[in-house]
Amino acid sequence: AAARGGGAWRRAWHCGAGGAHGPFPHGQRAGTCNERGRAVPAGKSGLAPWVPVVGLEIHAQISSNSKLFSGSKVQFAAPPNSLVSFFDASLPGTLPVLNRRCVEAAVMTGLALNCSINKKSLFDRKHYFYADLPAGYQITQQRVPIAVNGSLSYSLCIDNKMSQMVTKTVRIKQIQLEQDSGKSLHDDTRSQTLVDLNRAGVGLMEVVMEPDMCCGEEAAAAVRELQLILQTLGSSQAVMAEGQLRVDANVSVHHPGEPYGVRTEVKNINSLRFLAKAVDYEIQRHIEELENGGTILNETRAFDSKLGCTVPMRDKEGKQDYRFMPEPNLPPLILYDAKSLPANMNHQQVINIDWINERLPDLPSVKREKLVEQYGILPEHSFTLLNEDGLAEFFENVVKQTQMKPKKVIGWILQDLLSYLKQHSLSVKESPVNSFLLADLLNLLEKKEVSSTAAKQVLAELWKGEGKTPLEIVKEQKLQLLQDQKELEQICQAVIDGQESEVIMMVLG
Amino acid sequence: QVSAALKEGRVTPTELCQRCLSLIKSTKFLNAYITIAEETALKQAEASEERYKRGQPLGVLDGIPIAVKDNFNTAGIETTCASNMLRGYISPYNATVVQKLLDQGAVLLGKTNLDEFAMGSGSTDGVFGPVRNPWSYSRQYKEKSVPKSHSEDEECNWVITGGSSGGSAAAVSSFTCFAALGSDTGGSTRNPAAHCGVVGLKPTYGLISRHGLIPLVNSMDVPGILTRCVDDAAVVLGSLAGHDPKDSTTIQDNFKPFELPNLTDVSKLSIGIPKEYHAPGLSSEILALWLKAADLFQKAGAKVAEVSLPHSRYSIVCYHVLCTAEVASNMARFDGLEYGHRSDMNESTESMYAATRREGFNDVVRGRILSGNYFLLKQNYEKYFIKAQKVRRLIADDFMKVFRSGVDVLLTPTTLSDAAPYVEFIKEDNRTRSAQDDVLTQAANMAGLPAINVPAALSERGLPVGLQFIGRSFQEQQLLTVAKWFEKQVQFPMIQLEEVKRHDHGVFQDQKSTSFS
Repeated sequence: AAARGGGAWRRAWHCGAGGAHGPFPHGQRAGTCNERGRAVPAGKSGLAPWVPVVGLEIHAQISSNSKLFSGSKVQFAAPPNSLVSFFDASLPGTLPVLNRRCVEAAVMTGLALNCSINKKSLFDRKHYFYADLPAGYQITQQRVPIAVNGSLSYSLCIDNKMSQMVTKTVRIKQIQLEQDSGKSLHDDTRSQTLVDLNRAGVGLMEVVMEPDMCCGEEAAAAVRELQLILQTLGSSQAVMAEGQLRVDANVSVHHPGEPYGVRTEVKNINSLRFLAKAVDYEIQRHIEELENGGTILNETRAFDSKLGCTVPMRDKEGKQDYRFMPEPNLPPLILYDAKSLPANMNHQQVINIDWINERLPDLPSVKREKLVEQYGILPEHSFTLLNEDGLAEFFENVVKQTQMKPKKVIGWILQDLLSYLKQHSLSVKESPVNSFLLADLLNLLEKKEVSSTAAKQVLAELWKGEGKTPLEIVKEQKLQLLQDQKELEQICQAVIDGQESEVIMMVLG
Repeated sequence: QVSAALKEGRVTPTELCQRCLSLIKSTKFLNAYITIAEETALKQAEASEERYKRGQPLGVLDGIPIAVKDNFNTAGIETTCASNMLRGYISPYNATVVQKLLDQGAVLLGKTNLDEFAMGSGSTDGVFGPVRNPWSYSRQYKEKSVPKSHSEDEECNWVITGGSSGGSAAAVSSFTCFAALGSDTGGSTRNPAAHCGVVGLKPTYGLISRHGLIPLVNSMDVPGILTRCVDDAAVVLGSLAGHDPKDSTTIQDNFKPFELPNLTDVSKLSIGIPKEYHAPGLSSEILALWLKAADLFQKAGAKVAEVSLPHSRYSIVCYHVLCTAEVASNMARFDGLEYGHRSDMNESTESMYAATRREGFNDVVRGRILSGNYFLLKQNYEKYFIKAQKVRRLIADDFMKVFRSGVDVLLTPTTLSDAAPYVEFIKEDNRTRSAQDDVLTQAANMAGLPAINVPAALSERGLPVGLQFIGRSFQEQQLLTVAKWFEKQVQFPMIQLEEVKRHDHGVFQDQKSTSFS
């Protein structure tokens, strides 16, 4: 990106949420757009501004014991081809049997994303030949997916200032259930491809987001919020590094009032940072290409994280006709609500949407509100608490066990605990200081038994994880504040006695 | 009857199995079997014998020799679909229907021949060669057919079995087994049953599990049952029917096996004669036979009325679209990677795919894949696939209307004519033949209805001719009861297999041992 200096492309665009952490450092960010994401001309050349349009398709692996249509276990990093049933290898004559858990996970996710749940949804076959797709087709929900017409609210900060958060909404077009593919491992030196079918047939929820975003940061923030929701629901572990959450980004640019431009799709992005980078790179590339009189090809690209740019994907060249067809081996998926539930139905056989709805856990947005309300902390702090897995719980546990006010506790959590964990790349669970220890320490501080400086010293000692309590450390290192009047007097007397000449000098003036 | 003989110890399962095996060998020229599972069959027979000795047979089927069409998966025994693609393929699992038969103590003799991947109506288009109709070697046929020249008549005059379950039909017809499994997508069980003079039942879609049946058209395939009499078909049906958790399209309701009553009074029956089944090409002798059968019911007091199924005539063209589309999809898995034939071509994965599929599939399969993919193209989908689905609905609705009007069972011919000589049959291509031969059977698959072929008479050429009864969904008991009554009335003659006699010792010429129930 550094080579793309100055010039016409600069005038282009800017998201409400730009800033120092934007994808184009050294001030190469282009124009500005307001908080609603509309483009505003940067002025320089006076040409019409470009409006970037970003839509996402997100594949979330369903957290379930077994696969979508077979009984094989779902497990990350198992020995190759050790989790493959006859159906997963598409042996002739095998048939799909829908996994109830996967349907429930999709319903939960749909409800959490404000979707309407289709009481009748259908499965389709999507055909293409690929080594890791043993049946030659993927079973998906092309015609009538399980959930449609939802929305997701997410927040991001403006100019990277935590204090200036804006909330945006992206529409959810649909959520569809589908099978994951296997993995192809290409050995170029021996020119062979090895296929691992462990992942083949694992249940996926494809969440299709409408093109309501306009930059990488928005896309990343939306996906981050989705990730938190999935993790809260337990419908997906959504660990991007393990491929449980994969993002395809559709990017185009156009002038206001004109139809959308030709779009490109960046496939299989597996980190939030890369997502932001890939989207922003793609937007810049489109603008530059178009400004230079070129055209954008409707193509599939991949993000090269080493080079920091997108490149066309060779094997997906040309337009594919997937020859969709109804999956004849699966009857329509029928869901019920309290009203439509037939009285004589075996409850093991049916899925009741209302029942699932009543049991949904608090979603991140609600949790944040509750944290703000209950503890009087700042909204942006509630975001940080939820962004780290287990941090909000940690905070609440500390608050429960100490007399210190939550507003003060949050400082210790965010500044001391979190920065230490970040420095050492530890998760909250791995923290050497648990909530009890921190609460003990804060209690000492609150009772004025130690000074705040001493408390930091104790904490530094606690990180070593030697199993000492804060009180032990305080005693060992004699860090306690003196509260006994006589003892204090004695110390003072001792000091005075030991410095006789100075005392005389002072007395004499 | 054989079952009773087994119980009484007049014959042991091992003896029975050995007799069948030797008969299979002596009728090898029929090409009915692709694989003979001699070793495992004898082991199964031994185990059965043990159970009889302890006085604890598993049921009516215990010790009964059966054969299975080679498109059902059988663990440890080759499953080829008569295709190079699966030549040598040994499945690791049993199809549900196979497992159920084995669980009942049946003895699996082998896998029967078929058209490649069940695509055909002659059992002539498999990689292991055509199946010969046992009736070609019957006294009845030989007496009627005038030999042109002595040396060539046998080679020229043998007739086809029909298909695609021709191997199973020939196996039952030539006494090498007591029951056989076929599959029926457009008539593949009933058509060869008619040509081979045996009972061929296609149950209601969803009554019997398809798990382990290598599919042709998933939305129409039904495992078929071929036996020598209707009672036997009812017994096999009873052991196969019912929900299978591995097949989501089987119905949840419990199925109760039934014994067929001997109908004495048919006066409460309403028989429908669909006028559209008077199709172009229907031979005059079959037409006459059909009318005679209708008369038979009428004279016995049943209500017989002409009915109309106006959309039935579109069923073949509609089938062509739906069948090829599903074929294109179902065959996509045969890419040479996980199992089956793989070409040596290794320039790229794509070239390996292409060569594998060219070498593995015959012209018929490749042709259907090609047209199916054409129909599924985005720009054609509405015009062909969706339209065909709508027509299918209309065809099914026709049947619904007729049954709602009070008709219990429909009576139709099964085939347009008796079996054609092989040399005549192969003058037309597979597609033309299938379109002609499925015309009377296909609509029942569109609607998912149960249908059965009952042998009715011999043609002027001394070959079997059958009639078809089509019943209401899941009303197999009523359908089979009517079929049994009809079977009793017509007294279809036994095949007199001189050829078999010559090759064997005429073990199964004893009429008493031809059925097992």
